[in-house]
This record gives sequence, structure tokens and C-alpha cells, in this order.
Amino acid sequence: MTALTLTNVNKSFGSVEVLKDINIEVEDGEFVVFVGPSGCGKSTLLRVIAGLEDVTSGEVRIGGELMNLTPPSKRGIAMVFQSYALYPHLNVRKNMSLALKQEGQSKQVIEERVAKASKMLNLEPYIDRYPSELSGGQRQRVAIGRAIVREPKLFLFDEPLSNLDAALRMNTRLEIANLHQQLDASMIYVTHDQTEAMTLADKIVVLRDGRVEQVGSPMELYNNPANQFVAGFLGAPSMNFFPASVIGDSADTILGIRPEDLYLTDEGPLTANVTHVEHLGGDTNVIAMMQDHQITARLFGQHQVNAGESVHFGYAQDRTYRFNPQGARLT
Amino acid sequence: MNKARQNPLNTAAMHGALILYTLIALFPVFVIIINSFKTRRSIFREPLALPDAESFSLIGYQTVMKQGDFFLYFQNSLIVTVVSLAFVLLFGAMAAFALSEYKFKGNTLMGLYLALGIMIPIRIGTVAILEMMVATGLVNTLWALILVYTAQGLPLAVFILSEFMRQVSDDLKNAGRVDGLSEYTIFFRLVLPLVRPAMATVAVFNMIPIWNDLWFPLILAPAEETKTLTLGSQVFIGQFVTDWNAVLSALSMAILPVLVLYVIFSRQLIRGITSGAVK
Repeated sequence: MTALTLTNVNKSFGSVEVLKDINIEVEDGEFVVFVGPSGCGKSTLLRVIAGLEDVTSGEVRIGGELMNLTPPSKRGIAMVFQSYALYPHLNVRKNMSLALKQEGQSKQVIEERVAKASKMLNLEPYIDRYPSELSGGQRQRVAIGRAIVREPKLFLFDEPLSNLDAALRMNTRLEIANLHQQLDASMIYVTHDQTEAMTLADKIVVLRDGRVEQVGSPMELYNNPANQFVAGFLGAPSMNFFPASVIGDSADTILGIRPEDLYLTDEGPLTANVTHVEHLGGDTNVIAMMQDHQITARLFGQHQVNAGESVHFGYAQDRTYRFNPQGARLT
Repeated sequence: MNKARQNPLNTAAMHGALILYTLIALFPVFVIIINSFKTRRSIFREPLALPDAESFSLIGYQTVMKQGDFFLYFQNSLIVTVVSLAFVLLFGAMAAFALSEYKFKGNTLMGLYLALGIMIPIRIGTVAILEMMVATGLVNTLWALILVYTAQGLPLAVFILSEFMRQVSDDLKNAGRVDGLSEYTIFFRLVLPLVRPAMATVAVFNMIPIWNDLWFPLILAPAEETKTLTLGSQVFIGQFVTDWNAVLSALSMAILPVLVLYVIFSRQLIRGITSGAVK
């Protein structure tokens, strides 16, 4: 069964079209990540699914039922917000149980579910504290707990990790992945961070300017991007693009090579002047200028390369991507 | 303040300026209170002297208690002030919430229209207001005053509160919606507590002019049973003779309730329960 179906969804604010003809399906138990640069409409799309915004046209179906006019609380969804959005005047327990009380659940059910969720998220020691007495990571866990207790058909996450510091972000990311396995629920996760998208998703939806650019599994998108935008958006550092004329090919083709597919050679097809070297220990990133084009090479292991040197890069022919000037994939 | 940035000279200058300002602001109040405890003769002979054994007298307070029903005036003033404030805060906050939260046609225009009242003094409409009150039979009732003061206070309240409500996190309101809270619950339980400091500001701004107003009580409710404190005190100020003891005593007593209200609201001003709601 499909957990969510969006059919020809359009959304405009006044004359500004924010979402254009979106068609997406989310299967039961699937973890889907919406990813795209800021302003691409991914948060708006999530709010449309949640029912916080009305669609201008199109259909939103959750669990097969048409939900266009259903208020958020009746859609069988739960949402985790970027800013946590905990109720400041309620303690952790009450924050988690409020929605259940609104639904009219019995005291026993509420207690059971809150106990289960707080155990799952290690929130038991803080259950009687107020949000102001919690750290950022704990607050985010409470926000997730508030979603879990409702046992929704569909979880919605709106950039839940972007307010956390790097170490905490990694831990919470793992927790969310674990949670997905334990709960076996469908989840939709919005982020602009491609690492989060690659690591968490069963299926990634890449959005740009309110349009779906490509849908697929992380590796499908990585290995087989439909266009230059998707190719450049996924992968870090991002793919190098330069006109094929640099290697003596036709000038109206753009060549794309991932930084990890470049390697140092004595006599290579690409000659570049090193401008900057990043030593990361495990990897070495070499940033160099090739004529007027900046290219980045990600070399595995440690390499002694100095800024100002002239180096040659080689690459395997089958690891290149070709795009036309409009950005569409050629081969 | 950070110790490292503290300069003793700066601190001294800062405190000096603040103390000076406090003295200037409190001086008239101080003079009123000390003179209310003096005989009429010593008020005029040495207005700045503290009451001593010879000049001490409670004659002013006795006059006030005897003449007119001062407790009734007190009660009237208190009722009018508190009820008007409650209405201003309730309706002002509701209008502000609607203006800041919901997108509808003419939203900006409506906001401007509501703010227009800040620029136009309500007293210009006194004649029309009086006619209206006569027509509705509200003259010489406390309702006349309450309605006028509510109208007078609303523009500023809507203006200030809508600015503050815009700053309340959208995520918080949306979390409430997803959890199934009604718009009213979101307004009363989530948004109002977060704009409490702004509410207190609005309350203080409105309270003093209402309490001190002489104009509308004199015109709309001059009857004995609806007199407010300020109006009641006027009986001691005559065209030819003024009973200064009584006037000063009445004024001293009039300060008290407004002081109490101020303390209540200023506590709200500094209490910060908002931290931790959102990052």
C-alpha cells in the first residue's frame, strides 16, 4: 500500500508558483528524503503534506484517502520541526501527551505510549523537566518523542538536525535511522544536507525551483544523475564541470567528473595549477585551476602536493558524465 | 555585566545619572506625600520641610474620609481601569493575532486602519461620543467610561502586540495545529504566554492615562455614584478656595492602587519563561 500519493500538486502564493506539478509516491515503511537548495520549495511541500498549507491544485492522498481538506491533526501524521517547537509551559511528559489528550485517548494508553517513547529515546531522566532545562539534543529528542507517541502513519521531519552541532548531528542521524528500523513507519525527511539525504534515504527526491528533478535511490542518483543539477548537488566535494573543449572535444558539451575519480599521473589529459590543498588525513583535496575552470580532486590517503605546483590528472573514460549546455544528460 | 569590561568611572557615572533621574522623577511625589501629613499653615510656610511634631496633622485625610464617598470613588476608578485594561488586552491581542497570523485580503489595510487611532486623539470625538452615550442611555454609568477607554487603548495595543506576535515562532503554532489544538487554544495557551512582556507594556501604557483621566469622567459620568477618584478629588479645588490638605491627601491615596497594579505588571515584564521554547 502507498503511504502517500501526491498527484499533480501545485502551490502558489499569489502569483509566485512555489510547487509545480509534483508527483510523488511514498510506499509503506519507506524513508523518503526531499533534498534541494534553500528556496526550492521542499519545506512548502512538507507543509502541504502536513495540511498546514492548502494545495492550489492537485491531490494529496495519505494511506489512500484524499486529504486535501482534512485538518493536520486528522491526517494521521506527526511532524518534527527544525526549531523543536516544544511547548514552553509544559514539561517533557506533558509535551508528549498533549496530542494524545486532544485525540481523547485514555489515561492508560497515554501513559503507556509516553513511557515507551521516552524509553526508546532515553528521555526517562528528563521526563519532568521543562524545555528550557534541556540541551539542544535533548529538546530534539523530545520533539521526536512527541511525534512517536501518536503512532502516525507518516512521520514528517523538517530539517530536524540543522540546529545541532556536528557531533550531535551524526548521533541523532543514527538514532533516526534506528528509529525507522524499529518503528517500520513511513517517513518523509526534508533537508538541504546531501550527506543526511545519502545516509538516511531509501529514496531521494531532488527538488529545484518547485520541480522534481529526479527520484531514485541514493546510489541511482549518484551513479546515474539525470542532469547536471542532480550531478552537482549530490556528492561532496561536488562534481567538476568544464567544457569538453578542454580535452579537445566538441565545445557545446559539458564534461562532468567526480573529484574522487581524478587521480595524479605524470602525463595526464588534464593539466592544472594547484591553488589550494586540504589535508584531511584520510583524504587529500586538491583544488586547482585548469585554464579558467576550478577543479577539485579528492585523492585517497595522504599526498605531498603544494600550492603553485603544476600537476596532471587522469581519469577513467567510463567515469565521466556528459551534459548539453542546458544541463540535460547526454551519456 | 562582564567584569573585564567594567570601568569604575563608567559605572559611577551611569549610576549617578540613574540616581539623579530617579530623584527628579520622585521629587513631586515626595512633596505631595510629605505635605499631605502637614497642617495647612506649614504647607505654605515650608513646603519642603518634613512633617514634625508641631506641623504633623491628619486633617487632610480626615476631610477626605468625611466628605464624599471616597471608597466608592476608589472602587469606581479601580473597576473602570481594570475592566478597560482587560478589554484592551483581550481584544487587542485577538485582533493582533488575526492580523499577524492569518493572510487575508486587506490585511495590511486593516492593520493601518486600526493603527490610525494612535494618531487621532479620541477627545476630538467627545461631542459625538456624548450624543451616542445619551442615545444609548449609558451616561452616568461606568460602562460609558469603560467603552471609551477600551476604544482609546485598542489602537496602540493592536499595533504593539501584532509586532510581537509576528515574532512568535511559526513552528510552535504549527506544532499545535498538528497536535490538534484549536486556534483559540493556540492563541490562549501558546501565543499569549509568549507575548506576556508586550502585554504588560501595553497594560502599563494604558493604565496611567485611564486612572488619571479627568475629561471623560467629567463629561460622561459626573454623577455622585459613578465619580472616579480624580473627579472626586476636584471637589476640594474651588474657584476661590482650595483645600490643599484634602487634595494632597486624596492624591497620595490615589497613587497606591496604581502602584500595586504597576508592580504586578512589571513583574511580568521581567519574567522570561520564553527561553527554551525554540532555539
